[in-house]
Amino acid sequence: MKESREFSCHPICRGRAGGPVLISGADICFYLCEPETGKVIEKGHPLEGESVGGKILVFPGGKGSSVVQADGLYQLAMKGNAPKALVIQHPDTVLVTSAIIMDIPLVDRVDPGFYQNVKNNDHVLVDAQEGRLIINRD
Amino acid sequence: MYLTSVEREMLDGKYGEGVALAMRVQVALGEAFDAERMVEIGRAHVALSNQEADLWFVEKLLQAGARCRVSPTVNPGFHLEYFLDKTDLTGQDMEMISRTRKAYRQIGATLSFSCTPYLMENIPRQGEIVAFSESSATPYVNAVWGARSNRESAQSALCAAVTGRVPLYGLLLPENRLGNILVRVEAEMGDDFDFRLLGYCAPKIGHGVPVFTGISGATPEALMNLGAELNTAGAYGMYHVVGITPEAPALEAALGGRAPLREVTISRRDLDEVRDSLSCPPGKIDFALFGCPHLTLHQVRHIARLLEGEQLKSPLWVMTSSTTRELARRTGLLSIIEKAGGYIVEDTCIDQPCWRFLEGKVGVTDSLKGAYYARRRGMSFVLRSITDCVRAAIKGEVE
Repeated sequence: MKESREFSCHPICRGRAGGPVLISGADICFYLCEPETGKVIEKGHPLEGESVGGKILVFPGGKGSSVVQADGLYQLAMKGNAPKALVIQHPDTVLVTSAIIMDIPLVDRVDPGFYQNVKNNDHVLVDAQEGRLIINRD
Repeated sequence: MYLTSVEREMLDGKYGEGVALAMRVQVALGEAFDAERMVEIGRAHVALSNQEADLWFVEKLLQAGARCRVSPTVNPGFHLEYFLDKTDLTGQDMEMISRTRKAYRQIGATLSFSCTPYLMENIPRQGEIVAFSESSATPYVNAVWGARSNRESAQSALCAAVTGRVPLYGLLLPENRLGNILVRVEAEMGDDFDFRLLGYCAPKIGHGVPVFTGISGATPEALMNLGAELNTAGAYGMYHVVGITPEAPALEAALGGRAPLREVTISRRDLDEVRDSLSCPPGKIDFALFGCPHLTLHQVRHIARLLEGEQLKSPLWVMTSSTTRELARRTGLLSIIEKAGGYIVEDTCIDQPCWRFLEGKVGVTDSLKGAYYARRRGMSFVLRSITDCVRAAIKGEVE
């Protein structure tokens, strides 16, 4: 049975992208992802060993110096392993700038219902034009 | 978000695609943080890093015709000419530094190649709105000079330099600058090194705007160190030191008359624990490295005095700005340091490929930040005050 649920959000970087969801409970520094595989290599990170490549990444926010975040995302993008879209709770200047210059859709202020419903590998469409997230399940 | 007609024209491409790109980044930032409008900036500092994304973005802006309205000072990369015969630089290393210099010159930056521009080349006045990236720079201009800057990324600061504007949000607004964490410093702050240890207590301090009490007589170097370490162990655009920060003549003013959300006490034990958890054990050392952030002339003089008539067992490097190095040369400090077997290197950062020849070696430094980033380059460090580091380098070991 096809099921589709829609939630509101606040678009920061415009665009639309769909793909499988990957959820992280911890902040992410993209400099600590391996560009060739997209895998998180930060020791002790909840996503350690998982690839962010092609994912709709759901996480609290960014961390790291004013320099390395952009470089991390850039190197992932050059190897085709950048996430497709970013869904966050706490925007910071460094992460927002990095997403904008790499043209990756970024949203925040998501309807809390989204977090109650979403599960890893759900297919989610991030519509950062209209400010909505759509979870599609077969 | 409200835009003036000029800002609207920038966004629409009337001033070229490069300016439009810079404006798009800033409008998105403004929308992310609910800024009502843009404000003009007086100054900017770009934390140039000489890494791939940094070069890619500045070249992209440049090729799209962007030029800086406000000429920003820039961070160090490395001084290619000095390192040519000292380390095995790859063709790519050399190409990156040459292209970085060329791109930033063409876009209209001031090629200061220093990470402490707020002490010499680029000093804001109180209340001035600026766009400063770099760990120690953002908190220094906010907390010591009383200027207003968000914790910019290298790229957002460059966009601000191009458009001459930033969105009005965050630390540009007085209400967001008020302190909300009371940090009682009970440890006696002996020298500037203790301020590094204090900054590295960031995980204990937590998210927010800290207000430090119990500190008197902090030197510019101490405050430089505090900001650098706060932004290595955490993320802080602003702090208050009561009696030093212009907005904090007294505790009540720093807190805006409100009760703090949290109170933290920092003891000597906290500082010692930070040092011991990050430092390699004492013993033989291969080198000494200072200048993360770049040393001031005052610190260079201190090192020169300790080295007068001495001979170093371990080579010693001081990283600083070209201006400070030139002053050290004229003043005779450079020749004292060189006679002892040390070097002063300008325009250079620790997190650069030029230090490859120190890979796998153990050094001594006062910089927790430097030691943290150099770990990625295979260097490890014993951490001590500058005085103890220099004494150790003369003996070749830390006792």
